[in-house]
Amino acid sequence: MEPVVVHTGNTAVLPRVNVDTDQIIPKQFLKRVERTGFGQYLFFDWRFLEDGSDNPDFELNQPQAEAASILIADHNFGSGSSREHAPWALQDYGIRVIIAPSFADIFYSNCFKNGILPIRLAEEKVYKLMENGKDSKYEVTVDLPNQTIKDNNGFEETFEIDSYYKEMLINGWDEISITLRYEDKIDQYEEKMKV
Amino acid sequence: MKPKTIVEKIWESHKVLSEEGKPDLMYVDLQMVHEVTSPQAFEGLRLAGRKVRRPDLTFATMDHNVPTENRSSIKDEISKKQMETLSQNCEEFGVEVAGLDSPNNGIVHIIGPELGLTQPGKIIVCGDSHTSTHGAFGALAFGIGTSEVEHTLATQTLWQSPPKTMEVRVNGRLNPGATAKDIILAVIAKHGVDFGTGYVLEYTGEAIRGLTMEERMTICNMSIEAGARAGLISPDQVTFDYLEGRKNVPKGDDYEKKVAEWKALATDEGAEYDAIVEIDSEEIQPMVTWGTNPSQGVGIHGTVPYPEDAETGAEKKAIEQSLEYMDLEPGTKMTDISIQHVFLGSCTNARISDLRAAAKIAEGRKVADGVRAMVVPGSQQVKMQAEEEGLDKIFKEAGFDWRQSGCSMCLSMNPDFVPAGERCASTSNRNFEGRQGKGARTHLVSPAMATAAAIAGHFVDIRHLDETVTN
Repeated sequence: MEPVVVHTGNTAVLPRVNVDTDQIIPKQFLKRVERTGFGQYLFFDWRFLEDGSDNPDFELNQPQAEAASILIADHNFGSGSSREHAPWALQDYGIRVIIAPSFADIFYSNCFKNGILPIRLAEEKVYKLMENGKDSKYEVTVDLPNQTIKDNNGFEETFEIDSYYKEMLINGWDEISITLRYEDKIDQYEEKMKV
Repeated sequence: MKPKTIVEKIWESHKVLSEEGKPDLMYVDLQMVHEVTSPQAFEGLRLAGRKVRRPDLTFATMDHNVPTENRSSIKDEISKKQMETLSQNCEEFGVEVAGLDSPNNGIVHIIGPELGLTQPGKIIVCGDSHTSTHGAFGALAFGIGTSEVEHTLATQTLWQSPPKTMEVRVNGRLNPGATAKDIILAVIAKHGVDFGTGYVLEYTGEAIRGLTMEERMTICNMSIEAGARAGLISPDQVTFDYLEGRKNVPKGDDYEKKVAEWKALATDEGAEYDAIVEIDSEEIQPMVTWGTNPSQGVGIHGTVPYPEDAETGAEKKAIEQSLEYMDLEPGTKMTDISIQHVFLGSCTNARISDLRAAAKIAEGRKVADGVRAMVVPGSQQVKMQAEEEGLDKIFKEAGFDWRQSGCSMCLSMNPDFVPAGERCASTSNRNFEGRQGKGARTHLVSPAMATAAAIAGHFVDIRHLDETVTN
């Protein structure tokens, strides 16, 4: 997994609440058996018109969101289906950080396994970022070790994150290798519980 | 001793490792696997040269892609490949799979309980958000992503932080015509689409105790629609009676021993939750959703809301987004909304009791002109049982399509879908944009309400069906 440490990038503003994973990556693209190449289908039904061309009204297609790597989203982002294809699609599209007032639980934990930093920030602060980024290109720097979000005009906020998840992202760890170091503990548990 | 919730008890007995500053390493008793969220996990194992640690605690089925008309000829090549990949992976890694020709095949959350794999006190995971269904048995069951599927396959454990607990108390007795589906839709409508985020819900109260196991599964199934990864119900005699005699459930003295263990799991009197919400059964009417998330629903005598009546800006925005997609005007009576499709199916409402409830209404009546209605049993077992009882004949005579089992039009990964701009009364769990097909408009209801809508051609109070329809 690609680590996330300090990341600077353009923002894309998606001011819609309850964006579910069916919208992030619709079901017709879940039939693939690979883990890569999902970015082209991200937000498919919103992003493209019937004829396959870009929908100019969709937020991510607007010029200010060009090459965005930081997504500013609204409440309950990533709700619904547990499909990890959602973070795979976001990551493959180039998103490395998502900032929202709240996330759905499964999506939130899926992000950490795929080199995406999801940041929970108070609603008014998220809306401030949305305001700043909605009409023109807006670059933000996210510093994970120091847990800060800054822009070039004096916006600076800190954010909370679980220390375990933080370390995992900074180091780009493979969680299975970590767990396998405790194999003896798992053996002991199975022995004790007779499972 | 301090009284404990069932969640605390299950948590304590499953800790493999608990260290400061880290989530706990939790043992998983059962992983269920399906074709959509597992191929990348098996591939990950292969690339790293790892094995499945406990194939005996892993069980696979195929359900999402399965065609419901002709199972033996799968026309969609990519669907076919995904199912073949699961068969190959299961063979290579030694995992039992209920394939398309198995009498045990069906939707993963229907067959787990049917086969007695789902039991009280277990930690159960699956790469599917409706894994919360298994909580009906007093198991801690939750959906996971594919990376966690791989992690569980390799280690039989997961790193998890202890969840907060929330009691969802359903007081009193249900109104006639209101079902388990209406309870959960009403709870979510009242408390919001994400009130359960970060919590495990425990459903309690007189109305819950009075439910059968299949009804309890409907409730727990939709915990995720409130944002809760898991929802459960403390086990009781109803639970034990359901399990007795099922495949994979211990027999004789071993069964008695198990029941004693299971009884001890129930939440203790006086145990504390991190939060409590309540609803009175009196408030619960047969529900219909009008929007694009499961909290956007009202009783059958309600109307489509006005965005300006919303309490918060976020909610107002959500209503506006939904009404645009659903093409509904504020103030429209639910009973005035016509439908063109009816889907009886899904892991929420496709068990035998759901089909019986629907058949009771379909019997001697006809599906309205211009309505396409289909019944997709939750598993091959459910299908066989229904056919034994003659329910298939009742449905067919009434004009319903009688299909093979699978997830089908709950998410339309198989060939079944609702065309753009058309409306479907659906017994499934999600009314998201495009869920049943691009541009499709989904209204969530109970099996009885879906059947009544099929007959009337629009939503109708199940209690007044005969006054509304004369055919």
